[in-house]
Amino acid sequence: MFDSPEKLALGLVTGIVFGFLLQKGRVAKFEVIVGQFLFKDWTVVKMMGTAVVVGAVGVYALVTADMASLHIRPALWAGVLLGAVCFGIGMAVFGYCPGTSIAACGEGRRDAMVGVLGMFAGASLYVALYEQIAPLTKSLGDWGKVTLPDVTGTSPWLWVTLLVAGGAAALLFDLVMRRGTPTISTGKPHRASAHQ
Amino acid sequence: MRSSLCASIVVVLASPALSVAQEAGADPLQYSGPAWSPYLVGALIGLLTMLTLYFSNKPLGASTAYARVAGLIGKTVAPRHTESLKYYQDNKPAIDWEVMLVVGAIGGAFLAAWHGGELTGQWLPPMWEARFGEDSYAWRTGAALVGGILMAFGARLAGGCTSGHGISGALQLSVGSWIALICFFAGGIATAMLMFRL
Repeated sequence: MFDSPEKLALGLVTGIVFGFLLQKGRVAKFEVIVGQFLFKDWTVVKMMGTAVVVGAVGVYALVTADMASLHIRPALWAGVLLGAVCFGIGMAVFGYCPGTSIAACGEGRRDAMVGVLGMFAGASLYVALYEQIAPLTKSLGDWGKVTLPDVTGTSPWLWVTLLVAGGAAALLFDLVMRRGTPTISTGKPHRASAHQ
Repeated sequence: MRSSLCASIVVVLASPALSVAQEAGADPLQYSGPAWSPYLVGALIGLLTMLTLYFSNKPLGASTAYARVAGLIGKTVAPRHTESLKYYQDNKPAIDWEVMLVVGAIGGAFLAAWHGGELTGQWLPPMWEARFGEDSYAWRTGAALVGGILMAFGARLAGGCTSGHGISGALQLSVGSWIALICFFAGGIATAMLMFRL
């Protein structure tokens, strides 16, 4: 019924930091999430991209030092394809995702609170149909808990290097684009451009 | 010894990542009002995912908790039915790490919004209001409910959400997570275009 108190405390602290960061990152807002899908606001891609690059370096450093193990979810093709498209549709209609809707509730947004109730209903629906659905998720094959280095027979560091290089290129592009247009509502000059 | 090694990886990684992040977003506290630069927040979430894997031995993900809490409610309302469900025989409903993560996230977001003076009681996001009208409360409520149902159902079917697949899974280079991430965006872009561009 309960995890150990240490585990519960660890979850709570992780959650507080996570929620704080999501709110400060502006992703607990409908405009930011839907704006990304409409290519009007790139906050979500910038944030997720930076998290993936920094986290990939850190996690593979830990794994190489034998201090952590990977936690990969199985690539059940039918489940992942159908489920993820269904998720994307729901996310655009609702305007938040599971983590950011919680953060939006903390901000006081009423529509997010309604959507969270919907999420309990959706999770319950899956639970109720689990016995029928579970075999279906495997119908297009199950590759198991595989990573990109596993399936290509390459070193994970090749992929991490690619991610870092891609991230650096995107960041550079963003900075160059921004120098051309001195913007943003604060009216203060950007340090990035003031530097040159 | 081991934790000091972990701390040094964090420091080595954090200093360039955070300075780049600050550079890219100017002063994080000056980034359009109370918000921080997405690069800074992204770098910190990347570090948080890494520390979570180290300390909690778990991938950071938000959607599992919904099925857990639904199970806890089910257990009090209809205990026999709940216990007969196969999903809960495979995944016991409990107050666990994932549920506490969600509880903490509400508190953390509240603190951040309070700190930035962004606490609100808004029903209609301005973009929604501009598109569907000032009195579209019923539509917004319906959309939030239906969207929430589709999203949570999809997350369980796919085995994760934007944080579980999109961040934690993708940074571990998981094949399924990268496929899921592409499909999240495909579904989201198509739907948002239909709703706001037609």
